[in-house]
Parts: sequence; structure tokens; C-alpha cells
Amino acid sequence: MIEAEGVSWRYGANPVIDGVGVTARPGRLLGLIGPNGSGKTTLLRLLYGALRSPTGQVTIDGDPLPSLAPRESARRMAVVVQETTGDTALTVAEMVLLGRGPHLSTFQRAGAKDHEVAARCLTRVGAAHLAARSFAGLSGGERQRVLIARALAQEATHLLLDEPTNHLDIRYQHEILRLVHGLGTCSIVVLHDLNLAARYCDDLILLGDGGVVAAGTVSEVLEPKILEPVYGIGIHRIELDGHLHLLFHPNDEG
Amino acid sequence: MATDLLGVETRRRRTALWLVALTTGLVVTALVAVGTGAIGIDPVTVARIILHQGLGIGDVTWTPPEQAIVWQVRLPRVVLGLLVGAGLAVCGVALQAMVRNVLADPYLLGINSGASSGAAAALLFGAGAGFGQYALSTSAFLGALAASLLVFAIARTGGRITSMRLLLAGVAVGYALYATTSFLIFASNSAEGSRSVMFWLLGSLGLAQWDALLAVAAVVILGTIAYLTILGRRLDVLAVGDETAHTLGVSPDRFRMRLLILVSLCVGVLVSAAGSIGFVGLVVPHLARRIVGAPHVRVVPISALLGAILLVWADVIARVLLAPQEIPIGIITSLLGAPFLLILIRRLHSS
Repeated sequence: MIEAEGVSWRYGANPVIDGVGVTARPGRLLGLIGPNGSGKTTLLRLLYGALRSPTGQVTIDGDPLPSLAPRESARRMAVVVQETTGDTALTVAEMVLLGRGPHLSTFQRAGAKDHEVAARCLTRVGAAHLAARSFAGLSGGERQRVLIARALAQEATHLLLDEPTNHLDIRYQHEILRLVHGLGTCSIVVLHDLNLAARYCDDLILLGDGGVVAAGTVSEVLEPKILEPVYGIGIHRIELDGHLHLLFHPNDEG
Repeated sequence: MATDLLGVETRRRRTALWLVALTTGLVVTALVAVGTGAIGIDPVTVARIILHQGLGIGDVTWTPPEQAIVWQVRLPRVVLGLLVGAGLAVCGVALQAMVRNVLADPYLLGINSGASSGAAAALLFGAGAGFGQYALSTSAFLGALAASLLVFAIARTGGRITSMRLLLAGVAVGYALYATTSFLIFASNSAEGSRSVMFWLLGSLGLAQWDALLAVAAVVILGTIAYLTILGRRLDVLAVGDETAHTLGVSPDRFRMRLLILVSLCVGVLVSAAGSIGFVGLVVPHLARRIVGAPHVRVVPISALLGAILLVWADVIARVLLAPQEIPIGIITSLLGAPFLLILIRRLHSS
């Protein structure tokens, strides 16, 4: 369970996030959606402590985030960030094993159990065949899957992902989100694609103009009359095979 | 579980083999290097003299002058060479991880320029004369310390030091202190003094003897190697990125700060003992990564061994090439290192 109340962040004089509250429940996938610049990534960074909100607080399972040692926090919460990694020469296997670090003491080396966990996580994201390859030599989609495998290898009870479907083709977009949805962890995902959000998230928070525009279940938030003013585009909502689908048409087409 | 799921065991075994091979190479290098010079002594005799003098083992079958040459003159020099080579290499590894740039080297932080200014002040104007035989190294160390404090102060904002600011601060401070050194040489108007400053700037192991400086260098350098090896996993994580480090339980700001303090101290000691010797810290980490891959728990010890071997051979060349005249060792390492670096860059871009 991750709870945030009244958190804020500003870049210079511009408040990006202003007094926002978030509740992510165990076993549910919470999606953060909103247009470009609405502060989705900033909010996520506040939730995993890369940014420290000057107001309010963030708690994990009731413990305030700043009270946790970095390693303890990494054992409870795994994060897939959007970061251009430098010219690292690590292999894929070594990259995934880094996820075991929070579980090892300073003098301890990764052992057979850690190797098993890492191999299993690579298999889960369909990247087992890449284990011996150089991470730097992978395509964008392969990298993304490896980074998700590393997060899984942390075996944390909370999983945060910043646009995990970036660089992925349509099949892996669905496979990765289905995987995350099926993990049973308390997960928060930043998503651009509203139809992916509709399909795999349990709850949604719609951000716009520094604050929460709407929060609730997928069906409650993905209402054309809520979304249209935020995104500035016409939206039709249809239900097909028991799933929500959104169709978009630019406003000037009537 | 006998299977090697990720190929990790294979790599570990390979690293172990390299460690054994390089350690052997290190011992052979040391024995041959001590035996090489105006009076040649064969490596076996060298080994027996060292065993006799150090541990009291074996019978004396050599002349007293040979004993003096080995124990008093050449051995401290070779020991200093091993230490400096290893120290430069591991500081290069640490800095490349800290600033995430494969072209970073230990002199990036301007520490060597600070040490050079200190050394120039000592050689030309007698600064630090109160420290007696340690006047030069103490003065150089104080210069190095001042430079690193300056870099620190400039690079630090709001309790953080980012890679980019560190790079910029290091380069700026380096240039300013380089200018200071040149000014000191110009202002002193002493041809002989300028020559000795120049010699020192290009690096030399000629000051080595069994003294407190060598002991300090040994403690600091071996300590640095141990620290960096033990925290290898954290270096891996830091080298990937700050945000990643944070999410994997390593506070990037705090860790980078600690590394910076340690590396500054180590480079300060190195430069005080042997002047600025270029290219070792830049090239050796690349070689090590090529041999055993990227994880720092392997790269650090392998780099230390490679750096030590390389520097001692460079010193042998420096002593022998124009004998009896001695060439500054920095000239040799740069001549060997520059083409090597070019090859590396070509490979980087073609892969």
C-alpha cells in the first residue's frame, strides 16, 4: 500500500504537482494518466523518493518514505525508470542481477538463489535468450524488458513503472502490462495510452494542471466528458467483449 | 543446482584465472625490473636477496654492493611503481563510474595541477622547507588538497554533486592551477629549478626510498583498492545512472561524495610521490573491462594488477632507453598510451 497526501513539486516558479493525494492498494494496478506536462512522471518520482515533497507525506505500508533506509526502500519498492544509461558494458544477466543488490549485504556476493531469481525474471519478460548479450547492444524494446526483469528480480511488494510500454511493439505492450497486472503486487504505472490503461489498470488517476482531475476505477475516470476538456480531443467510449475502448477524433472534425 | 544459469560462473572462473596469471606476472615483473639497470642482476638472485633481507631466509651468495643496489636503490622504486600504477588504475575506474564517461581519468579533477603548483612552489621558492626531506611531497600534497577542496566547493550545489558539474569544475580548476604553475616557473627565473619542476611534472619514481611517504602511499592505495572492490556492486549501480542507483537502494549523492573524497586523497598521495603520470588511469580500466567484463568487483582488482605491471615496465624503459640518463616516466606512458587510446576509440565507434 502506497499512500501520498498533499505532495507538491515545482520546477522554478511553476508548480507541476500541487497538493496531490494518491492511494495505491495491494493487489491492484493504479494507472497515472494525463496529457504531456501534467506531472505524471514528477508525481511518480515523488512517490519513490527521487524527489522529496516539501509538503505532505508519502508512506509505504504505513511507514513514511524518508524514514526507510535506501536499501530497505528498494526491498519494498521496485521502480522501472526512464533513464538513458551511459555506455555500460554490463551483460543482460549482470544488469538483472543488480536487482538482487538490495537483498545482499555489502560483503555478500550474488549466489545460486539470486541467479535463479534473475533467470526466472528474464524468462517472464521473454528475454531469457538475451542473458549473455551486452545490454548496450540491445534494441529499445529489449532493454525495456530487461529493466522490467531487473525490477521483478527485486522481489518487492510494490512496483512502480514510468511508461514501461515505451519502445515496445504492440504485442509486448500488452504482454508487459498483462504481466504487471498479474503480479498481484501493489503497482503504479504511468501510461500515455488510454486504451492500455483501460484494459489493464484497476484504478486510474487523471492529472491535469498540477492537480488530480479525476480519480477512481477505470470505468469512472475514462468518461468522455471528463477526458475531453483535459486532452482537448473528441472521445467516444464503447464497450466490446466486456472491455472499455476509446475512439478519438480531433475536435475540428465535428 | 549445477547449471550455470546466466553464464556468471564461467565469468567468475575466467576472472580467477586472470587474477592468478596477473599476480604471477606482477611478481616476475618486479624481479626482472629490480634486476635491470647499469649493473644487471639475475631475477633469481634478486628474489633470494629480497627473501634474505626481508625474512632472513637463505645463504648469502652475492656481494654487498649487489645487496645494496637491490634493497636500497631499486626495490623501493619498483614497489612505488607498483603502488602508483595500481592506484592510478583504480582511481581511473572509480572516476569513470562516477562521471559515467569512459574518457575520465584521475587527473580530470585538477588534483594533479594542484599538486604540481605545490611542487613548483617547493622546488622554486623553497615552500614547505620545514618538512625537511618531505618538503616536496608535503607541498605537493597540500596543493592537491587545495585543488580538490576547490573542485568540491564549485561542484557542490544544494548538498549534491552531479557528474556534469564535477567535470566542469575539475577542468576549470585544472587550467587555473596549470597557469599558476607556469607562472611560478616563469617568475622564478631559475633554469635549473625549472628543469627539475619539468622533470617532476612529467612524473618520476626517482624519489622512492624506504620512508614514511612510501608507507603512507601503500596504506592509502591498498585501502582504496580494497574499498572499491568491496563496494563494486554500488559502483556498477552508480555507473548505470543516478535514478537507477536511487531505486536500487544506493544513494547516488552520498556515495559519489564518499568516492570523491577517497579518490582525491589517493590521487593526492600518488601525485605527491611520483608526479603526474598520464594515461595509466585512462587506458588500464578499458583493458580490464575488455578482459573480465564490466562488473567492478572484477574490474577493480584486475585494473590494479594491470596498472602496476604496466607502470613498472614503463619505468624500466624510462631507465634503460637513454641510460645512464633517465627519461621522465610520463613521457613513456603517454607515448604508449596515446596510440592505444586511439585504437580503443576506433573500436568503440565501430561496435
